[in-house]
Amino acid sequence: MMLMVWLIPLLPLLGFLFIGLLQKKLEGTSAGWIGSLTVLASFVLSLLLFFLHSGSSDEYTLFEWINLGVLSIPFSLMIDQLSLIMMLIVTGVGFLIHVYSIGYMKGDDGFARFFSYLNLFIFFMLILVMGSNFLLMFVGWEGVGLCSYLLIGFWFKTPEYNAAANKAFIMNRIGDLGFLLGILLIISTFGSLDYNSVFSSAASMPDNQPQIIAITLLLLIGAAGKSAQIPLYTWLPDAMAGPTPVSALIHAATMVTAGIYMVVRSNVLYSIAPDTLFIVAVLGTATAVFAATIALAQNDIKKVLAYSTVSQLGFMFAALGAGAYTTAIFHVTTHAFFKALLFLAAGSVIHAMGGEQDIRKMGGLKKNLPVTFTVFAIGTLAIAGIPPLAGFFSKDEILAHVWVEYKYLFVALALASVFTAVYMFRLFFLTFYGDFRGSQRQKEHLHESPGIMTTPLVILAILSAFGGFLGMPEIFSDKHIIGSFLQPVLAYPSQLILSKPSHAFEWSLISVFAILLLIIILYTYRKFVSNKNIPLEDGSVKGLSRVLMNKYYVDELYDYLVVKPAFFIGRTFHSLVEKSIIDRTVNSIKPILISTSGMLRRIQTGGIGFYIFIMVFSIIAILAYNLLIS
Amino acid sequence: MLSILLFFPAIAAIGVLLAGERAKLVAFSAAMIEFVLALVLAGGFDPAAGMQFVENSWWVRSLGISYYIGLDGLGLLLVLLTVFLVPLIILASFKHSYEKPGLFYALVLLMQTALIGVFISYDGFLFYVFWELALIPIYLICLMWGGKNRAAITLKFFIYTLAGSLLMLVALIYLWTKTPYPHSFEISRLYETTLSLDEQSWIFWAFFIAFAIKIPVFPFHTWQPDTYTNAPVAGSMLLSGIMLKMGVYGTLRWLLPVVPSAVQEWAPWAIGLCVAGILYASLIAMTQSDFRRLIAYSSIAHVGLIAAGVFSLTSSGLQGGIIQMLSHGVSVVGLFFIADILFRRLNSDEMESMGGIRNMAPVFSTFFLIILLASIALPLTSGFVGEFLILNGLFQYKPLIAGLAGISVILGAVYMLNAFKKINLGTENKEIKSFDKLSRTEWLVLTPLVIMIFWIGIYPSYFLSLAEPAVAEILDRVSRNSLTLNN
Repeated sequence: MMLMVWLIPLLPLLGFLFIGLLQKKLEGTSAGWIGSLTVLASFVLSLLLFFLHSGSSDEYTLFEWINLGVLSIPFSLMIDQLSLIMMLIVTGVGFLIHVYSIGYMKGDDGFARFFSYLNLFIFFMLILVMGSNFLLMFVGWEGVGLCSYLLIGFWFKTPEYNAAANKAFIMNRIGDLGFLLGILLIISTFGSLDYNSVFSSAASMPDNQPQIIAITLLLLIGAAGKSAQIPLYTWLPDAMAGPTPVSALIHAATMVTAGIYMVVRSNVLYSIAPDTLFIVAVLGTATAVFAATIALAQNDIKKVLAYSTVSQLGFMFAALGAGAYTTAIFHVTTHAFFKALLFLAAGSVIHAMGGEQDIRKMGGLKKNLPVTFTVFAIGTLAIAGIPPLAGFFSKDEILAHVWVEYKYLFVALALASVFTAVYMFRLFFLTFYGDFRGSQRQKEHLHESPGIMTTPLVILAILSAFGGFLGMPEIFSDKHIIGSFLQPVLAYPSQLILSKPSHAFEWSLISVFAILLLIIILYTYRKFVSNKNIPLEDGSVKGLSRVLMNKYYVDELYDYLVVKPAFFIGRTFHSLVEKSIIDRTVNSIKPILISTSGMLRRIQTGGIGFYIFIMVFSIIAILAYNLLIS
Repeated sequence: MLSILLFFPAIAAIGVLLAGERAKLVAFSAAMIEFVLALVLAGGFDPAAGMQFVENSWWVRSLGISYYIGLDGLGLLLVLLTVFLVPLIILASFKHSYEKPGLFYALVLLMQTALIGVFISYDGFLFYVFWELALIPIYLICLMWGGKNRAAITLKFFIYTLAGSLLMLVALIYLWTKTPYPHSFEISRLYETTLSLDEQSWIFWAFFIAFAIKIPVFPFHTWQPDTYTNAPVAGSMLLSGIMLKMGVYGTLRWLLPVVPSAVQEWAPWAIGLCVAGILYASLIAMTQSDFRRLIAYSSIAHVGLIAAGVFSLTSSGLQGGIIQMLSHGVSVVGLFFIADILFRRLNSDEMESMGGIRNMAPVFSTFFLIILLASIALPLTSGFVGEFLILNGLFQYKPLIAGLAGISVILGAVYMLNAFKKINLGTENKEIKSFDKLSRTEWLVLTPLVIMIFWIGIYPSYFLSLAEPAVAEILDRVSRNSLTLNN
């Protein structure tokens, strides 16, 4: 068992080392196949473990990592329901994206390097979700951040990509510092970092203890960094500089959901900190609305999807805030399916368009890319929440829970849900319907992607279509598969109501949304297809749209408030404090020293003599002094 | 046995002086023999048994000065760091054709004897002699083989360290006069002195300034960036990799247990200076365009964190500080070597004149990245274990201090990744015609460093087990001795 469990993360690590060290020798697409196979093997092992799992939470310790006597932190993996679900998502979706990448990255100079990074990512992601203590989660946490950095800047010849990579790493580090301080507070509160011992001591604590509030808030800072929540979200849209499979795997399906995993993993702590949960809900809802409005005005196919990801992550946080941990994981799962699908399909479009990402230059791709069109349509319907596709069930469940806990947040979240449908259908119609608006050369180049790319797309489309049946509401089924599976690892907040919404409410929610969605589809179709209302050039956008297009100028704001002042302080320290104050003081000692020891100065001919003299002089002085007093 | 380890490099230095053109090979062989000697010693070392390999005989009996050396876990770790790095430092100089190579390499070996002497002396006077002895070779190395402003810069370095040494000397002599009769410099006798808090405080600050200059701690650091940037590569490596650890070591061995009450009284001030220095140096590092200067400032930030950990007076902080000394030794030597590789090929330290090197030298870039990640403390590299333990110690001391010191985690990523971007990424700078692949000696220097980075990062048990008893003893003395005073 031990070997099998550890092989799951170690196989991708071996893949990384093998491909990384031998990348010059690997020919053709062999690096891609090796990389895919290691992840497939991990997936198969995870699946096996899933069926063998007895329902308990088991730990598998390899060796002590840091041992201080009072505090011991082992390299130890934990298998329970939550880690199993995450492992299946990471390796399953990860495998599909590896395979897709073999086609997408074919012919790239860095083909082997790309797969070595992807394998390294899978390794760290698995450590993140399988580790049995907070520090191992942190190892995975920073490790996936490194891979994200390497992959965003994968095409390192382009300066903007490198800037985006740096931004991602640094913003994540801000969150990581919060996480790290949270870990330190856990040590000082519980004397341990091991999940089982921390959670069992926490289980008997009363609600809203100051340390627990502080711990959960610090961890939340980490989660906000990794999962791109306000105010640390701005790196994610820029992260789209990376190759599209990276956007699908890391910046949509897996890594960015680490924050949700963290909160669910620590649900015992969050449940005894209802005040924090409320903040989580507000933060999530705000991010969901804010990002969705930005997505309405973006014209880069990947940027729309990126802001959509930020917004969807906001939905998941809102669910967490309502104490609906299973719902959040449910949405993580369905989102992994349909967002990976949408990104990969977008990659297929970009591939066909010869690298073009501006939807104003696309249009009418339906007939040239039939498979991509079909799967993209499924993805769009799923994310917009059309029954019975995957997104419908999970999003409906989030809205229902938020309605029960926080009525006023529900309104905002419902609005974000409406925006989701608007920006997605805008994207969909502008890309696939109407006339082709690109260049003649692009038009001749249009082609459907090869089978190695479309096969993963079809599989993901099937999952996006039917994944929702993993968690159906009571009105359709009495068994919530994910919910009952996760039950053993969850503790519920005592203060929250957590009653299920009434069936009448469920029905009205579904029917109102169904009607709204129909109206949105008709409206966007009329606007973008019938009336050929193509978004304006950047320069001629005015008013609110301009603010939205420029993402509320948040990047500029951060630049003025944080980045520029930090550099200004650094320069001031260097020129003023360092040179004018400290150095001048030191230099003013120099003449005193030299003038009071004129004799020494004369002896200082070559440096050596001077020094040895000082040495001898000092020794004599000591000896003399000692003789005098003894 | 320990004496052989101590004096072998100095004796070998004579051979190197006479070896003429083959000096570097002789020096390298000597450093390797020394390395093996140290490994043999380490093999016979029992972590649980306290001080070992003790040699104690009178030197100047009338003054109570003895030749008293021995090894405990702390000393052994720093000796191991020294014998590990010196061969690499010698190897790193191979590509430079220095004038008078015999003298150069002899000085490096002489320096090694002095450094080891500092780490194994248990007599205050002996400690002081080795402390001063270490200055001579490094001073000459910087003065004779340094960059263009070497005379002025070396003088500044000299004034700083001289001032520090004098303060330390005065403090040591004062302590000597306070030992019960017959006076002695032996460390255990220094523990027995009964001093008022005022006396302890004066001694504390005298020692602290001496050590703070060496480490260096803000605001005693301004000799450091100039010296690091102007010294020949071996000089920068010796200074940053090993010599500054003398200051931290001195704090652990000669400051904390000797004046424990003053330590508890003044530790908050010391931590304040350290943490201010961490932020100050990190912010300055962000604005540097000269790569070596950037490393110099980043080093001030890193050692500031180490010193802060030590003054937290927590077991985690001290152990983290010790581990971080090793890690910093490895990563900073690696970074200076990277800077030297760049300088030898491009004849510049100016990052604006670089760029796109990754296209031409992917293997070099990978080494660079690994060392850089250790420097910014990514988990599973050496930097993380130490940094985590230090921050944990500081957090136990005061959470706010840990938070402030932790900001360097963010700033470190900012300046290091920016440097990596400017140097390695983007399109090739047109000025750069070619960039030679790593030579065999360069591989030989970088590979052991990378192995150490992952060893300490993934399996630090050996190092922690050596540090633990020493830390326990120091902290025990701090709490016990300060209690007796209060009673």
